Formats: sequence, structure tokens, C-alpha cells
Amino acid sequence: MNTSTLSIEQKKMVEKRKMTGSEAVLQSLLEEGVETIFGYPGGAIMPIYDELYKFQDRLTHMLTRHEQGAAHAAQGFARVSGRTGVCFATSGPGATNLITGIADAQIDSTPIVCITGQVPSHLLGTDAFQETDVIGISMPVTKWNYQVTKPEEIPWAIARAFYIANSGRPGPVLIDITKDAQFGEMEYSYKKCEKIRSYHPYPILKEDKVAEAAALINEAKKPFLLIGQGVLISGAQEELKTFMEKTGIPAASTLMGLSAVPVDHPQYVGYLGMHGNYGPNIKTNECDLLIAVGMRFDDRVTGDLNKYAKQAKVIHIEIDPAEIDKNVKTDVAINADAKAALHGLIPLVEQRQHTDWIAEFKACDEKETEKVITNELFPTTDEIKMGEVIRLLSEKSEGKAIVVTDVGQHQMVTSRYYEFKDTRTNVTSGGLGTMGFALPAALGAKTGQPDKQVVAVIGDGGFQMTIQELATIFQYQIGVKVLILNNNFLGMVRQWQQLFFDKRYSSTELVNPDFQLIAQGYGIACNKVEARDDLSGAMDDFLNHEGPYLLEVVVEKEENVFPMVPSGASVSEIRLS
Amino acid sequence: MSNLIYSESSDEQQIKDYTLSVLTEDKSGLLNHITIIFTRRKINIVSLNVSVTEVPGLSRFSIVITSTRDQAEKVVKQIRKLIDVLGAFVYEDDEIYYQEIALYKVPTDIFLNGNTIENLVRNSGARILVIEKDHIVIEKTGHKEETHRLYKELEPYGLLEFVRSGRVAISKSKRKTEAFIKELEETRSNQLSIKDY
Repeated sequence: MNTSTLSIEQKKMVEKRKMTGSEAVLQSLLEEGVETIFGYPGGAIMPIYDELYKFQDRLTHMLTRHEQGAAHAAQGFARVSGRTGVCFATSGPGATNLITGIADAQIDSTPIVCITGQVPSHLLGTDAFQETDVIGISMPVTKWNYQVTKPEEIPWAIARAFYIANSGRPGPVLIDITKDAQFGEMEYSYKKCEKIRSYHPYPILKEDKVAEAAALINEAKKPFLLIGQGVLISGAQEELKTFMEKTGIPAASTLMGLSAVPVDHPQYVGYLGMHGNYGPNIKTNECDLLIAVGMRFDDRVTGDLNKYAKQAKVIHIEIDPAEIDKNVKTDVAINADAKAALHGLIPLVEQRQHTDWIAEFKACDEKETEKVITNELFPTTDEIKMGEVIRLLSEKSEGKAIVVTDVGQHQMVTSRYYEFKDTRTNVTSGGLGTMGFALPAALGAKTGQPDKQVVAVIGDGGFQMTIQELATIFQYQIGVKVLILNNNFLGMVRQWQQLFFDKRYSSTELVNPDFQLIAQGYGIACNKVEARDDLSGAMDDFLNHEGPYLLEVVVEKEENVFPMVPSGASVSEIRLS
Repeated sequence: MSNLIYSESSDEQQIKDYTLSVLTEDKSGLLNHITIIFTRRKINIVSLNVSVTEVPGLSRFSIVITSTRDQAEKVVKQIRKLIDVLGAFVYEDDEIYYQEIALYKVPTDIFLNGNTIENLVRNSGARILVIEKDHIVIEKTGHKEETHRLYKELEPYGLLEFVRSGRVAISKSKRKTEAFIKELEETRSNQLSIKDY
């Protein structure tokens, strides 16, 4: 630009727009409304971290103790806030350590933007120190990725990254920036991305499909509504409630859909899937119409596909066309955002009640209560059961806490016994089943919703996979409550070994460290409960404590989670014992 | 309607050749993005061709796979999800015009003993591309069966080298790429158009 004719003020403005790639990264993040970044520095991202020093008044950086923790923290932040989580990592091992979190975000449709440093562009492909092909490695697990080698590409790439990550079916995006692009100078201007000609994330709602679906719903004698995470992502909770109450249809939730409907809603009949409730699983094979909203018929929900709801017609409301007919053949597919689809359906469906049909679910509930729930919630033995701990947590937090679960038996028990009242309060690793998810995801969730009670429920195995994030919680005094259900086993694997591998407990028994000492080492308040009589008081202390707190509850060593649909079996073959 | 996702055909599970036509932005790395979709599902790519199109900045992938219709359609849906893909369609052989090119390198001296080889080349619709002192290169375009037939006929005479290109294909529909792109660019919303379900 020829600046000779400009006034001094204008010259200043022009000069102000000149910046390094590193500054452009941070300025672009501010443009996207980012306030918090989770990350870990290293050689190839040092220019950005150096620049971050100047942005401390505008951007909070939380130093996790492992890049995997940064990715999960960004996920937790995104899942509770609906905003895009952001994390930084350096090249090579820093970037590869993000991959588990990225893969988790991909399968659970979580919007995160990961920014990784990369070796200088002249060293690309030379096996330079800490060089990996992070674009190649992350390709199968990102919604989009891009390598920046010139500073002027940065605003474009970041604007595009945020648009892609949090539109349509959300997902993770990775931007890899070479070190020379971070150092290089450029003329900065920022324009938010609103359209990409090859990417159309919001399908047009087709009225004929909506009408066909409404006709099926109005004709059905035993319709059954399945709620997935798509309801939460699209913010369709109110529409779903209106739809449910107008049609009178019983509704069940997938693991990822939990908290979209309050569990005390009279038409809510429980939780679907391998360790879900008895009624929803059995009735899937007895209904005459399945209406699946924002869910993808995961194998943990369907069991044997050849025996799944063969008697029923299927309506599938789904934003991602690749999910339609992928697992279950549909009769009517509505390829649309859940909110738009339900909004379109509500005026066309008739006011109905399905009292007798809902009563059939209630009869199943009684059977499940008798065979499973009573023993779980009101045990007669001395050992503490996981279910009673979770129900107590649910009662004392009034079902309003954000509950972040790890993966395993405790996860399934929480899904069964925590009575979610508020929306976006269930955060878990559903699709990938990532042990080690909960602790960092919980600190991210607390950052995203600082006014909410955030409880991480973790098994003794998963806790130790990302235990180092206690240091992050300590350093920033993040008021996360960590509830460890300790059975000194990798409980879910042990359960499978018991049921399907002749009790050959190969490498599942854990000799654990003293978790109390560890918590104390990190300056985190803690308590350990081994007797039932101490549980209630300890739970009060746990929830009422200001700041982070770790409560370890020693639970029954060889407890099994029932009901259970054995892997590969039909949902009708659900076992109560 | 070959490019629709749904097929009512009774032979949905029959295994045969399908040609996938993928229209993309001309971006580096997209080939890898697309091929890993097949790798992950253990689907072998029979042939692959990437070419410029009549619209500047756009590429067309012609990919041939041997699979069921159901599998081909599922793969196409996954390809459509890629951000830089503008459209992806699945075709059966009778829904496209397609050709491959084959080159055959043979010793020059096989032409010296009568007209047999020359007649073979002429009758098969091939042509001589290069004549050198010790070898001659023959070129033939056609479907795989045709180029393979000439291969079998030349083989006994001492074929030195043989190579066949990937399939290039154009659909029989009246669709115009340019019109599609215009539609995409003029769409005010970010709602689905070319990748319409």
C-alpha cells in the first residue's frame, strides 16, 4: 500500500493492521469470541505462546499437563456451552497427543478447533526434529484440517475452522501452522466465514418428507421416540417437549442424548442401549413406529441389526445424510436439523395419548426395579454399590449438576441412576469410549459453565490415565468435584471376563496408589468413604466445599451392571441378571 | 435416476463395477482424504483418474470400485461429507460414457514378418504411436475388455511393456457442471444444494 498520501492517524491504523502470523492467530481467535484456550507449549508453537504473553488481559490460557488433557478440556468446554473449544499444541508429539481427543470429538460431534505448531516450511518432509505429518495423521478424525505455511492464510483458515467446527453436524478441526508462518508479517484483516460453496451444513427441510412422517406418526398405534445428541446440538429441547406432549409418544434417550429431556417427564421411559433400561430395549422390538431424532443407531443402541425393530416403520430425523440408512433402513428420512424438523412436524401431528402403550413401559420398569434397581439402590450387603452413590449424588445435587463421566461401569451406572433435570448436563465419551476423558473434560466444563456444579465421576482405572490434570485443577483452582468409584478393577472389562471369558481376569485387577495422598500432594481437599453410614455426610461435604474436592468411594469389588444386552445380541435378549 | 442415493433395484447386493464421479475444489491433500475413505472400509480401488474440468479450479475424480450398490452409495455419502467436495455420484456402466487408454510396447521385428500385426492393430481400432529401431508403441482406447483383448492377442509376439490408464467417465445426464457451480455460488443460504439428498 502506498502510505505517502495518508494522514498520521491513517498511517497509524495501517501500521496497526500489520502484524505477525502469531498475533494474527490470537487476534482471529478474539474475533471468534474465544476467551479460553487449553494447551501446552513447545518449540514449534513458541512464537504464538510468546505473543500470548501480550494477550493475557484478553485470552486466558490454561496449561494442561498433557495435550490429550487440552483436547478433552476443550471438548468439555464445548459440550456444556455449545461454543467451540480451542486448544494449542506444538508439533510432533504435542500434535499426536491431541489425536485421542480429536477422534473422541469427531465421533461425538463436538466442535473444537485445535491449533498446532509445525516445523518451518523449508523443513517440511525432512524428518526434522519433532516433525510429524499431523495433517495426514489427523485427516481421518477431523471434520476439516489445513496446514498454513504463509502468515496471510491465517485469518482465512481460522475463520473457516470455526465455521466448519460449529455448523451442521459439529466436529473437530485442526489448523497446523509452520513456525515461519507464525513469525512472518502480514497485513491483517478478518472476515468471519459464513459460506463455503462446497459445504452446505443445513439441509433444506423437505415439506413432503415432513408430511409423510406426520402421516406415519398419526397412524401409529405404538410409536416410540428415540432421542439423540442431535436434539441438544440443535437446541431442540423445547420443540421436542412440545412434540412429545402433543403426540403423547413415549420417549427414550441414547447415552449422548441424556439431559435433553428431564428424566421425570411422564413420557420419558428411560435410557437405551447395552446397559440401558429394560423397557426401552424390549419395546424397540414391539413398537410399530420408531422415530429417531438426532441419533445414529450406534451398535451399542441397536445390538444385532438383523433383529432390530424389524416389525416397525422407521422415521429418521438426522442432519448428516451419511447417517441415514447407514445402519437401519428408514421408511421416511428427514435430512434436517432436529429443531427445524420438529418445528415442521408439530403442526401436522395430531393431539394423542398413548396411555396403554406407556403403561407397558411402566410394567417393564416394575420388573427392572424388582430384579435390578432395588438391589442396586437399597442393598442389603455391607459393600457400597455404585448405583446408590450415584442416586445419592443425584438427590443431593437435585439432578442439576453437570456430570462428566469417564468410561466403564461407573459411566453406565451414572447414565442409569443420575436423574438429569437440566439440559446439556451430561458429558461423556460415548462413541470412542475414551478412558481418561472425564478429569480434563470436567475442568473444561467448569470453565465453560463456571456457575454450575461440575462433578466428574471416574473409575479408579480411568482416573489414572489422565491423573496429571489434577495439577491443572490445582493451579487454576477450578472448582471441579472428582468422585472416584474405586473397585480396584477395570470393572467393565472384568464384568465381560466374568460373563463371557470364564472369569479369567486377565490384567484387570488394579493395585492402586493412595488417592488421598495424591490429592493432598496437589493441594486438593479430599475424603475417602468405605462405610455406607459415612456416605451421606461425605457427599454433603463434597458438594458444599468451595473449590476442587476429591471424594473416593470404595465400592463393591465385583459388582456387575445390569441390565445388559450382550454384544451382538438382539435388544430383545436383554439380560436382567 | 442413477445419482440418487436410494435404489429400488432388486440386485442391490449384487457385486459389480460402479463408477464414482467426484467433483472437488482443486486442493492439495484431497486425494488422500478421498482414498482413506475406501481404505478404512477395505474397498479396493479398481481404477482412479483425477482430471481438471471445464470449470477452472475444479477437479473431477473418476473412481471405479467393485462392490455392492449399497456399499458404493454409503461410500459416496462419506465422500460428500468432505468439506472441499462439491458433489459425488455413483453410476453403473450403462449410465456413463467411459474410456480407458492402453499402451503396448512391442519389438519392431514382429512387424517385419508379414502383415499379421499390422492387421491386428488396424482391425482392433488401435494406432501406432511411436516407431523406434527396436520397439514400436501401439495405443488403443476403449473399454477394459477391448484393451485387454488386444493385450492377449499381442502377448504371444513378445509384449515388452503394457500399461492401462484409469477410467475416465462422463455421465449421460444433461447436467452441466457449470450450472451446478453457479447454483452453489448463488445460493444465499448455507443450505444443501448440489449434494442434495
